[in-house]
Amino acid sequence: MRRFKFVASKFALTNPQRRKIFGKITTGALATCVAAPLLLALPTQQAIGATPSNMLVVAQRIDDITTLDPAQSFEFSGSDVIRNVYGKLVNSNPADLNAGYEADLAESWEVSEDGKTITFTMRDGVTFHSGNPVTAEDAEFSLRRAITLEKTPSFILTQFGFTKDNIEETIKAEGNKLSITTDQKYATSFVLNCLTAAIGSIVDKKTVMANEVDGDLGNGWLLDNTAGSGAYKVVSWKPVESVTLQANDDFYKGAPAMKRVIIRHVQESATQRLLLEKGDIDVARDLNPEDVAGARENDNIKIHDELRGRLMYVSMNQKHPQLSNPKVREAIKYLIDYQGMQDSFLKGQYTIHQNFLPRTYLGAIDDQPYSLNIEKARALLEEAGVGEFEIEAGVREAQDRIEIAQTLQNAMAQVGITMKITVGTAKQILTRYRARELDFYVGAWGPDYPDPQTNAGTFAYNPDNSDEAKATGLLAYRNAWDPGALGAQTEAAVIEPDVDKRRAMYEAIQREFLKTSPFAIMFQKIEQAGMQKSVSNLVLGGAITAVSYWPVTK
Amino acid sequence: MTTAAGKPPPTEYRSGWTRGSIKLARVIGSVLVTMLGLLFITFIIGRVMPIDPVISVVGERATKEVYDAAYQEMGLDKPVLVQFFYYLSDVVRGDFGTSYLNGRPVADEIRRVFPATLELATIGTLIGIIFGVPLGMIAAVKRDSWIDQVARVVALVGYSMPIFWLGLVGLLVFYGILGWVGGPGRVGIFYVDIVPPVTGMILIDSALDGQWEIFWDAVSHIVLPASILGYYSLAYISRMTRSFMLEQLNAEYVTTARVKGLSEWTVIWRHAFGNIKVQLITVIALSYAGLLEGSVLTEIIFSWPGIGSYITTALLSADMNAVLGGTVVVGLVFVCLNVLSDLLYSFFDPRAK
Repeated sequence: MRRFKFVASKFALTNPQRRKIFGKITTGALATCVAAPLLLALPTQQAIGATPSNMLVVAQRIDDITTLDPAQSFEFSGSDVIRNVYGKLVNSNPADLNAGYEADLAESWEVSEDGKTITFTMRDGVTFHSGNPVTAEDAEFSLRRAITLEKTPSFILTQFGFTKDNIEETIKAEGNKLSITTDQKYATSFVLNCLTAAIGSIVDKKTVMANEVDGDLGNGWLLDNTAGSGAYKVVSWKPVESVTLQANDDFYKGAPAMKRVIIRHVQESATQRLLLEKGDIDVARDLNPEDVAGARENDNIKIHDELRGRLMYVSMNQKHPQLSNPKVREAIKYLIDYQGMQDSFLKGQYTIHQNFLPRTYLGAIDDQPYSLNIEKARALLEEAGVGEFEIEAGVREAQDRIEIAQTLQNAMAQVGITMKITVGTAKQILTRYRARELDFYVGAWGPDYPDPQTNAGTFAYNPDNSDEAKATGLLAYRNAWDPGALGAQTEAAVIEPDVDKRRAMYEAIQREFLKTSPFAIMFQKIEQAGMQKSVSNLVLGGAITAVSYWPVTK
Repeated sequence: MTTAAGKPPPTEYRSGWTRGSIKLARVIGSVLVTMLGLLFITFIIGRVMPIDPVISVVGERATKEVYDAAYQEMGLDKPVLVQFFYYLSDVVRGDFGTSYLNGRPVADEIRRVFPATLELATIGTLIGIIFGVPLGMIAAVKRDSWIDQVARVVALVGYSMPIFWLGLVGLLVFYGILGWVGGPGRVGIFYVDIVPPVTGMILIDSALDGQWEIFWDAVSHIVLPASILGYYSLAYISRMTRSFMLEQLNAEYVTTARVKGLSEWTVIWRHAFGNIKVQLITVIALSYAGLLEGSVLTEIIFSWPGIGSYITTALLSADMNAVLGGTVVVGLVFVCLNVLSDLLYSFFDPRAK
């Protein structure tokens, strides 16, 4: 389009003048576009390079925290906080996690002759953050409270026969002693291992009861307040934003070196790595394999590997006509490319492990009889005589699980099994899994407490397999599997007092489980945390517990 | 909702006040109907989703008695319509219920996360207006020149570049390599929780408190995400400005104005621009509302605790109270901006006066 050339007014601009003005505006606009972020940033006085030497800054996904009440919390990030805030009767030592439990707020304990009562003697001179002394009465209150509240993790205690109605007799404080009496004789190691879980945390009775509302035993108040005796107290928790911890200088094991610990929710792995490489954080907890590899190149950063308790498995619903055939189950275990997956998309994050007790648990075995063998799988399927069939696999929308499902789908296609993959949110898929509606499930399982029973009792135990039982918490139930004799053996193992015999029992259960169960356990989690070279003694908790900040130095 | 030309009062008894209140009642009525519809649809979607909110509350190991008690306590045994009316009566009282995920009142949570988004979206939109409008104007006036081509490329890149990619590269360059801006988060780690929250917007709160060091730190943290959102809205605003302007520049009254001998500056800014203001307001309001919804990806990349990531996290954990609360707030923002732009129309459009 041609513009008007004639300009009559004496105020009008000539073409070159106009061009000049517009040219200036344009250049100005463009220059400002580019420079705006830079210019605006100039007056900042940001200390880039390092966090203070007595402060630990951690980037971690903490969107799973639902509460800080130890009687209710049952999530990974929640346990990470609670472990550093509360003392327990017995606890695991970050310096030697394999040793299991050791004395904490209880100095010593004795087991009665009938094996049902354990009497703890409380440690002297320990105080809560409030200044109140830690007494047997607090311990009594804490355990009774956890049972009375009936929140998710209460099963860890109620499995010993404690109920709301019997706690007056079964959990009793007397002077500086606390005695707990179980409904039958259990392996002492089983009871004490369970008391090291978050639910065994000892809360400050006076402080908690002062904040009780409508008989809630302080549950509402402890949602975002803490009343412990541990190394740290919580200053603030902002959901999906941050948790700030302040050191307790009166901690009975000595004041922690890190006076403040700040856990910041950083969702993206790439963002965590950037913060780490810039020195704005000390520890990055959720780096993906690419960012781990990238961060390794940086001379100021080290990668810390720790074996965790999480397992990846696939399972087959026994209501499915073909999957309930033992030959088909075995064939599917030969269709999994364990090595290939470990070496490719799971590299560094998972290691092959084929049984339900994670390594470092009492009774864990390292047998790995299965590997990818299409021919063998085909032969087994022919023996079974099932022909071609179709299954629906439920997968949560997590990249690694989808890739596992796809790898399996490929292998199955080679032997005439058509796998349809249904991807959904955690809730959608889990709801169907619990309702026994999925033929096939690609999932993960984390142990609930540091005793072999936690996994044996869900993978190999299902006393009532009927639909009416609704034992949706049991993995065996979710797959409609009746473990038969394994159930009874699991029951026997929890009451075996001799630790060596107990270990042997779990080993035997797992060897049978490996052959006959509809579960193919594939991998155990390795957590890779990136941290500044200056950070030492940070223990993430291994397979049995959560992170410990108090031994950390910088 | 806009009334372009108010009809003269049918009778002389109908005063300006009455007319005003009828108009006001109409606006409020349409806001209420919109909000009710939004609430109803979201509520129904939340209820038909194949998830079990009771398990979120009691945990999957709860006994049947505990489960049933919670089921009844949550009113899930009642018909959906009854549940909806219960919910509605709570919402009217400003109670969005408690989050299943973290046991806190949803209203408090939204009060915490919304200012973060508001702060980011406002600065982003300002950047979009300040640069987008002139860029579109120049592109229209200098149609097909190199400036127009540059503006086109700038807009195209803004449209088509995935925002998470732009965010990550921006972080890498300006924070990682050059160190010119602050990293992810709203303020540096040392400044967290220092300023007492008044509005929840750190820039305003720190200025109110006279904490200039924190103010500048917050500026350095907001610059990058706001520029990226601003770029996104710049792309949209500049393209729309350009096409509005071209339409006007081709109109006969512009020719007349030029023939009359008015300066090109007057023709463009007073006549042509004066006539696109109303349309521009719509575009800007829409783009602002879009940003206020919370740009999830930007918030995730920059660890920005805003309403976008709040609703997403809630959605993924089936925290329906939080999702509903968030949706209501976002809906309300849209409706309010709509009403606001209607008011601005009557301010800028002489015919509406």
